[in-house]
Amino acid sequence: MKARVHVTLKAGVLDPQGKAIAHALHALGFDGVRDARQGKVIELDLEDDDPEAARARIDDMCRQLLANTVIETYRIEL
Amino acid sequence: MNSAVIVFPGSNCDRDVAVTLADVTGRAPVMHWHGDPDLPDDLDLIVIPGGFSHGDYLRCGAMAAHAAAMAGVRRAADRGVAILGICNGFQVLCESHLLPGALMRNRDLRFICRDVHLRVETTDTMFTAGYAPAQVIRLPIAHHDGNYVADLPTQCALEDEDRIVFRYCDAGGKVTETANPNGSLDNIAGILSESRTVLGLMPHPERLADPRLGGTDGRALFVSVMEALS
Repeated sequence: MKARVHVTLKAGVLDPQGKAIAHALHALGFDGVRDARQGKVIELDLEDDDPEAARARIDDMCRQLLANTVIETYRIEL
Repeated sequence: MNSAVIVFPGSNCDRDVAVTLADVTGRAPVMHWHGDPDLPDDLDLIVIPGGFSHGDYLRCGAMAAHAAAMAGVRRAADRGVAILGICNGFQVLCESHLLPGALMRNRDLRFICRDVHLRVETTDTMFTAGYAPAQVIRLPIAHHDGNYVADLPTQCALEDEDRIVFRYCDAGGKVTETANPNGSLDNIAGILSESRTVLGLMPHPERLADPRLGGTDGRALFVSVMEALS
């Protein structure tokens, strides 16, 4: 089973890289970009075939390693 | 005083710390490889040095926080053994939840390598007892991810419990936004655990602990620990 984990900064946490991206987009003439937030995507290839069990395990992975829950939030896509 | 330095793949200040510890304490530290969970039982101080452990993959310090040796560090911290995390070591301690908050990419996104001024915010710690209250010292920083963040309750706890040890300041000791090199919350450069036995800081005291290196402002930190623990 393939899974995708989206890790993004929590709302309210300042994102210097996202700000630089928004600036660069403005410089390229892309008007109307109010804000940009950068995150990361982690693709997992799992042996599980029970989606519910897989989700619980990935949730555990996120809390232990994949995300720093002090500053980041995550979303699991199966 | 017995000390150990944890060595990760990518550590690059481990030997600087070892030289300083040997010089100050008269005993060479144990250089402890990250894969070994069994730390010596008789340690008084464990240092997690600067560098780029595991290539800073995923997040700075994230991989190192799960190293076998860190289980031993955690047990030692529970027993009250002094733990000092410098630069990447501070990041590892935050990722290990031995210290609160997190260290993000610098505000201006650049790697910063230069000397900064710091104000000693508390001398009520075994790490800074040898400094004068509000003393201004000069230490080098060399990091890409030293932008300290914490939520409001954590920030209040650090402030109320006198756990902010160093703040970035100007040469006159004023804590200003322009003296803040990396965007850290409240100019925070170093903090203590609730137990006051774990210190993490981004600047490098070991790099200015010998007159031959151009300064000795970092030396008092190691002398303070030695005097407290010997």
